Amino acid sequence: MLNPQLNKNGELQHLLTIEGLPKAIVTHILDTASSFVGISDREVKKVPLMRGKSVFNLFFENSTRTRTTFEIASKRLSADVINLNISASSASKGESLLDTIDNLSAMHADMFVVRHSQSGAPYLIAKHLIDTRQPHVHVVNAGDGRHAHPTQGLLDMYTIRHYKKDFTNLTVAIVGDILHSRVARSDIHALTTLGVPEVRVIGPQTLLPSGLAQMGVRVFTDINEGLKGVDAIIMLRLQNERMSGALLPSAQEFFKSYGLTTERLALAKPDAIVMHPGPMNRGVEIESAVADGAQAVILPQVTFGIAVRMAVMSILAGN
Amino acid sequence: MKLHIKNGHLIDPANGIDTQKDIYIAAGKIVGVGTAPVDFQASETIDATGLTVIPGLVDLSARLREPGYEYKATLESELQAAMQGGVTSLVCPPDTDPVLDEPGLVEMLKHRAKTLNRAHVFPLGALTAGLKGEALTEMAELTDAGCIGFSQADEPILDTTVLLRAMQYAKTFGYAVWLRPQDPHLGRSGIAHSGPIASRLGLSGVPVMAETIALHTILELVRASGARVHLCRMSSAAGLELVRAAKKEGLPITCDVGAHYIHMTDADIGFFDSNARVNPPFRAQRDRDAIRRALSDGTIDAICSDHTPVDDDEKLLPFGEASPGATGLELLLSLALKWADECGDGSPQAVGKAVAKVTSDAARVVGLAAGQLAVGSTADICLFDSAVRWKVEAKALASQGKHTPFLGYELIGQVKATIVAGHVAFLR
Repeated sequence: MLNPQLNKNGELQHLLTIEGLPKAIVTHILDTASSFVGISDREVKKVPLMRGKSVFNLFFENSTRTRTTFEIASKRLSADVINLNISASSASKGESLLDTIDNLSAMHADMFVVRHSQSGAPYLIAKHLIDTRQPHVHVVNAGDGRHAHPTQGLLDMYTIRHYKKDFTNLTVAIVGDILHSRVARSDIHALTTLGVPEVRVIGPQTLLPSGLAQMGVRVFTDINEGLKGVDAIIMLRLQNERMSGALLPSAQEFFKSYGLTTERLALAKPDAIVMHPGPMNRGVEIESAVADGAQAVILPQVTFGIAVRMAVMSILAGN
Repeated sequence: MKLHIKNGHLIDPANGIDTQKDIYIAAGKIVGVGTAPVDFQASETIDATGLTVIPGLVDLSARLREPGYEYKATLESELQAAMQGGVTSLVCPPDTDPVLDEPGLVEMLKHRAKTLNRAHVFPLGALTAGLKGEALTEMAELTDAGCIGFSQADEPILDTTVLLRAMQYAKTFGYAVWLRPQDPHLGRSGIAHSGPIASRLGLSGVPVMAETIALHTILELVRASGARVHLCRMSSAAGLELVRAAKKEGLPITCDVGAHYIHMTDADIGFFDSNARVNPPFRAQRDRDAIRRALSDGTIDAICSDHTPVDDDEKLLPFGEASPGATGLELLLSLALKWADECGDGSPQAVGKAVAKVTSDAARVVGLAAGQLAVGSTADICLFDSAVRWKVEAKALASQGKHTPFLGYELIGQVKATIVAGHVAFLR
């Protein structure tokens, strides 16, 4: 099956998922991001790589954080950025997703940054751009349903590489609501692509999707077992609506069973890093002392996120 | 009109015929097979040299979308699709708008179909009013209006008491109950088979349990009520194992499978292809293999098209938002032949079996006299060319539903003529 995110030369045409991306492309993105990290510290935080290009942030699902980082990344690349909060406009007027895309394409968009509550929505857009012969327009998946959040996955990899240098001797644990998490899926694909020998997922059975082991991970339901000797811990956000009901009895009990506390962190390697895609629920998935502790790299993740998104957009714009 | 079909290769599984024989038709009936009746003077002759002549297909499930969903499809378009697919008798489920729960609606549908003079239409009445699973419909009245059985379509009954009562009531009058085994809760928001592929794609799952738990309930209620039940759209290996055992036990059940499910698996979702969004979902390869085995050993009685036309507006959407369903009337024969080709090397026995699954075996499920070519039976006949390979493309389809996971596939066997009650209704 043709991989819709690569062009016929095997270059990145769209960034839709990390699954199936060649390791060389992932590494190239991380290397490019390295060169952008310094820009944010300069007095003039801009490079002209995307001058004259129009980036449309299409957020069919609410997000402040991710949208803002994409907006900053676009602006630092000198692109014109247009934010559309579609959940509040066309979709509620009944316009179909592809009609919206056609309209914006007619305004000469160069790139769509798409967030959608449905898994696979960016694929529909990418396929539509192929069908309507618009190879110059690129799509970046900024999170689709439970499927993928590739730029988050990449910035997590950037963070791990920054602190751990080499992927090939690491054990990484992903903790919490794997079932609903696009971040978990992107992290799993990125970690296995980069050669991390042991990826663990930890959570209660109600939050673990079926057939998880076939994604190349070790599954733990006991966090105390799962955290033993790990080099990096990726905590996942537990959505409010899932804290009580048929999946979990209560936020308190989740914290009791799976919350990352100082005691549990001590099970990991002494130099283990603690990551979180944000926004955090303190006292639900993570203890404040850990979130603010010396091993937490949650704020650097945010900073690196801008460089990684700049790297993705500039690479796409150049292909 | 007197019609003579000459030089065709006749396959009539019900009567054990698989050889070259001519057919003679008069006044809508078959009056001779192999030898012409005395004084037969054909007013029209079809030369079927090189073609295969089989009974007109009997399709156990084709949504015609009337009344209520005419923007998706109309009786005209879909019955034309039936003709192009060689389907001369079809059963339509009651999930129209309004639901087929009143005799007047059924009479209107039968009347409309009859005026069009294409396939014979056999509606299923709703088992409960509005398919709501609360009150029984007037089954006797609906039967008089033309219903051949009662169904909940894709709406499972929440209250098991109602299901039991419905089956007891149907049994009282000898009516068949058609049920798709699906638990009303498990996998309710699911859109793909629960398993590694759905997990990887982030699609919510429909577990096999949704089918097997419902089957356990239905089979237990069959034991209690003695009702005649037809199980629709089996999808899993575990479900078929239950059906196999229940048949061995002697329960009055039959079952069918949608033609797509003999070939497709959840892997065919690929990169979120909404053409592969169907109900029940395509399952894993071992389920598909079990479906093929169950067809061979007779656990599955019939192959249906599960024809569900969906328009572009409802299909060109993200996978989870797209309406489930695929067009199927025009693919039914080819997909059955594909099974014979892949599982029986296209041997005459395999082709005969495949033809039976879409003709005589399907007719037996409904209790129709159709699906065979004995002298005296209604002349519903399909002529096809087994050597032609055709490409599935939107423009090749008469149905208003242009969406199928087989788009772009090359399939074997093309219908060349369809004869309904002795008149040539379609000729390619």
